[in-house]
Amino acid sequence: MTIVGFLAARWGNPNLASIDEWALGGRRFGTIVSWFLLGGDLYTAYTFVAVPALIYGVGALGFFAVPYATIAYPIALVVLVRFWGVARKRGYVTAADFVRERFDDRPLEVAVALTGVVAAMPYIALQLVGMKAVFAQLGGMFAAYGGLPALTVSFALLAAYTYTSGLRAPASIAFVKDTLIYVTVIAAVVVIPAKLGGWANIFHASAAQLAIRPKPSSILLAPPQYFTYATMAFGSALSLFIYPHSITSVLAARSKEVLRRNAALLPIYSLLLGLLALLGYCAIAAGIKVQPANSSSVVPLLFARFFPAWFAGVAGAAVAIGALVPAAIMCIGAANLCASNVFSEFSAARKPVGTRFVRLLTLATCAGALLFIFFVPVPYAIDFQLLGGALMLQTFPAFVLGLWTRWFHPRALLAGWAAGLLASCAMAYAGGFGPNFTVREFGGSVTGFIALYALIANLAVAAALTVVFRKLSASAGADRTTAGDYA
Amino acid sequence: MRHRQGWYALLIAPFAGTLFPWIYNRQTPELFGLPFFYWYQLGWVVVTAALLGLVVYLTRGRDDV
Repeated sequence: MTIVGFLAARWGNPNLASIDEWALGGRRFGTIVSWFLLGGDLYTAYTFVAVPALIYGVGALGFFAVPYATIAYPIALVVLVRFWGVARKRGYVTAADFVRERFDDRPLEVAVALTGVVAAMPYIALQLVGMKAVFAQLGGMFAAYGGLPALTVSFALLAAYTYTSGLRAPASIAFVKDTLIYVTVIAAVVVIPAKLGGWANIFHASAAQLAIRPKPSSILLAPPQYFTYATMAFGSALSLFIYPHSITSVLAARSKEVLRRNAALLPIYSLLLGLLALLGYCAIAAGIKVQPANSSSVVPLLFARFFPAWFAGVAGAAVAIGALVPAAIMCIGAANLCASNVFSEFSAARKPVGTRFVRLLTLATCAGALLFIFFVPVPYAIDFQLLGGALMLQTFPAFVLGLWTRWFHPRALLAGWAAGLLASCAMAYAGGFGPNFTVREFGGSVTGFIALYALIANLAVAAALTVVFRKLSASAGADRTTAGDYA
Repeated sequence: MRHRQGWYALLIAPFAGTLFPWIYNRQTPELFGLPFFYWYQLGWVVVTAALLGLVVYLTRGRDDV
């Protein structure tokens, strides 16, 4: 696996000293490579472990991941294809590059870039949570000392091959990883329900089990959950493609047509995710009991119960490798933002960023995420990730709306962003951050709200201040993009 | 090119279909033992993919590679 990662450096005979070559795979990925790369990037190991665990924990509400992963693609088709066009014409590497040229406002650019970096950190850390659950299950040397040595070694390998090969490393590993994941999931949804007496039985048993829990839930939504369910799906779908790792993978596509085809092909992964989510009910019906704080071990335990040891090992490997692909892309995306939009903005002369610098930053990002997992308890990592999603969405007005309109004043957008940030944090605290599972559930069910409500506050502030600035005739800077760039 | 953009309106359907749990939060009719809530939403994944495929095909441009 690792060898594949290093060999990827030779793929397409690139000149890796160029940032386009290293960080964006030369912007030459075709439909199939992009499909694997985006699929491996968006549907992370954490997703595949966490969604069934969520269903196991809270019942029907956890299924919001499916409408989320459905409506994300119509949004992607409209937004990302337009962004890809501008980015290709103007040579952008990050979303913040676009914001800089469109709004001519450095603080806004830095704000967008830093939001991406901050949101990426806990996301990378959560990939490690998925790996940790698998390592604990594999036992032996992997499980020693809580799996931390094994994690460190895998992460060092990740950092090394990403450093050498850039985006081509995760792209080539994604082939292997996704094939393994497909085989595992298809085997799981065929074998496990059959052994448990069919879906009707599984849902019957789950409904009975969920109802007698200390905190009862159900296989259907309770009416007060309707709004939560809808806002979580919608809010998450809006923020999915703003994340730096999505942008990095998207910009690596060769043409608009590659992206457009992928918008229609990627829902295959959503179907897989939906089937996998139902494994959460299989775990309930099979009588698997885990402590709420340890819910990410639901899927590994289920595999260990129903599959022979060697196949459970393959499944575990799939999840572990699955964590490395998005982790690598997230590191690259965050490093791109730091290098092109944060540091170069503060240096006296704006000069092209060297690959060496970005590569070193990627290593630093990996190390930062590893520290995160060493020192921050897992439930907090999940809280941070949910909050990160809410923060990420606050760049929506500048980045996504900015693709269509320059009506907003740059400083009004900045104020809106700050208002959205404050609102997210305040609501998250009021909702009660806490280590126990009940609170985490609550945080999960409210966070859809938080992101979307904060976005509404953000837009209101941005719109109001735009009107004020117009009245004051404040300079709005120069737009360096032209109408032709968006065609 | 411009007159074809109307096809994008088809993409409103997945939002209408999935963002209102009021219409699909029910047990019956079941399919392969799955409650309606689950197979309905999984169905929308397939329908959305088909709609996206259709829109991508109908709005393809001459310069697309």
